[in-house]
Amino acid sequence: MRYYLDFEKKLEPLERRVNEIERFYDINDPHYSKEVHYLQKKISKVEKEIYGDLTNWQRSQLSRHLNRPHTLDYINNIFSDFIELHGDRKYKDDPAVVTGFANYEGIKVAVIGHQKGKDVREMAHRNFGMAHPDGYRKAMRIMDMADRWQKPVITFIDTPGAFPGVGAEERGQAEAIASSIYFMFSLSVPVITIVIGEGGSGGALGIGVGNRILMMENATYSVISPEGCAAILWRDGSKGPMAADALKPTSYDLLKLGVIDEIIKEPFGGAHRDWKESFQNTRAALTNNLEALMKYEPGDIKSMRYDKFRKMGIFEEKR
Amino acid sequence: MGFFSRKDKTKKPHKEIDIQREIKKAEKDESLWIKCSSCQELLYRKEVERNKHVCPKCLYHFPINVDVRVALMFDKGSFTELYKDVEPVDFLKFKDTKPYKARLVETKETTKRSDAMMCGRAAINGLDVLAAIFDFNFMGGSLGSVVGEKITRTLEQGAKDKLPVILFCSSGGARMQEGIMSLMQMSKVSGAIYNLKSHGIPYITVLTDPTLGGVTASMGMLGDIIIAEPKAMIGFAGPRVIKETIKEELPHGFQRAEYLLEHGMIDMIVPRKELKKRLYTLLSHVT
Repeated sequence: MRYYLDFEKKLEPLERRVNEIERFYDINDPHYSKEVHYLQKKISKVEKEIYGDLTNWQRSQLSRHLNRPHTLDYINNIFSDFIELHGDRKYKDDPAVVTGFANYEGIKVAVIGHQKGKDVREMAHRNFGMAHPDGYRKAMRIMDMADRWQKPVITFIDTPGAFPGVGAEERGQAEAIASSIYFMFSLSVPVITIVIGEGGSGGALGIGVGNRILMMENATYSVISPEGCAAILWRDGSKGPMAADALKPTSYDLLKLGVIDEIIKEPFGGAHRDWKESFQNTRAALTNNLEALMKYEPGDIKSMRYDKFRKMGIFEEKR
Repeated sequence: MGFFSRKDKTKKPHKEIDIQREIKKAEKDESLWIKCSSCQELLYRKEVERNKHVCPKCLYHFPINVDVRVALMFDKGSFTELYKDVEPVDFLKFKDTKPYKARLVETKETTKRSDAMMCGRAAINGLDVLAAIFDFNFMGGSLGSVVGEKITRTLEQGAKDKLPVILFCSSGGARMQEGIMSLMQMSKVSGAIYNLKSHGIPYITVLTDPTLGGVTASMGMLGDIIIAEPKAMIGFAGPRVIKETIKEELPHGFQRAEYLLEHGMIDMIVPRKELKKRLYTLLSHVT
């Protein structure tokens, strides 16, 4: 099902009509081909109008777009022979986090990512990509193997945040996230993190301690969601657009702050408009970064990661 | 009939002492009285202070400011503050109901501190340690660049001087006004903890009321040994958020220190009065 955000609604009737013609009529019939041609011209005009100058709030919405490719889409399209591994060996298998080993253009790697759902059923099953402690413990299990077997780790971030629930707290949500962050500092293999959608707070950072942090152009990464921030600071959850401006969660903001290393360009209007192009661009960025990192010695990889995060923070020091 | 009732209406009733109102007034007068946030009892402030800021009725441990913490935990005169000159910056030009810059100026003035963290070298019954103490009075002890930087330096100093590091937590979590940089402090400090532990140096955390959010989910829960004060609220998500998400009542005592001890998340609960002695014994075992 094609889904349209409020500000994208103008495209819906146009694209639906094109789709209709392509499905039910003879596209070679000059009558229809003329209409399609006209519609496509109109569509690109509307696209320019609505996507030309995106606000932070619009990007926040795009980062959660239901038609955006999710972790498994990336895995299935840019990796081969993926074998998914399940369970934390302690309590359960958390479907909100996907883990396993795969082949990336001849390089064997471990893959870890939050998984949101596409439809209501999958969304419920995946808990909307909100992990329980068990998800982070599963991730650590896979990272541990990757480290011992010297396989680079690729992580995909796409979560509103770690799940706030009674069971999650009882089983140590805070401990699991803390341990996973800590554990990532011990890895001697290259770690590349790609923020593909929503980077929500500690739940995102739990698998986000990479040697390189790449970010899709319309993804967001923030300490709190705009709605959550608005609810706390303005005591009004509907002030999301204001909070999105204040928090500066976009890829361009984060590159300026030095938190991420690279922006992966998305097709005009967002990754959901053209999956193929998104995968191509992701593949190019991943290859470059992986090749660069694989030249280093394991000991250097570890200390480079520490130095990278050690630098983060902006403050003044009077002498 | 009409004669009497009319007269009664105009006549002012005799002024009675409204007890409820007097209590409310006393509650407002915080210089004398203080309300226990656990048992809701109204307490005489002086008595609470004499009792090391612990409720005499229910033993709830009130948040204390950093100077009191230093006085209670370390040998007299042994504390030397470190990294005093690290100051916060409003690099996002963040504005909610008030600009972050103005908020900082105001908070600095009322607390007389530069940010929510005080670090230093100190001694516990003669044993040298490094300590990092959250200041809850400064913007709810929220974790920003300055807090993260100062803890990181303390941990690096510990690795260098081979001194155990004790972190006293009391924090509402991330400092939203510093956006993503606040989140990054969780990883920065966790990396420094990894570094300290790889040097074989013990890292102890003391979780006090409240320890929440990103502080718990990084430096708080990473202690080799985790101590909590009685009844301290400790968790990742706040109780209100959880209640709104699951739309159910929360279990009794949920996210309190006792609950965490029962669930295997912390090593022990130690009353403030005994904490210094316990830390000393512990340090003498592990260093």
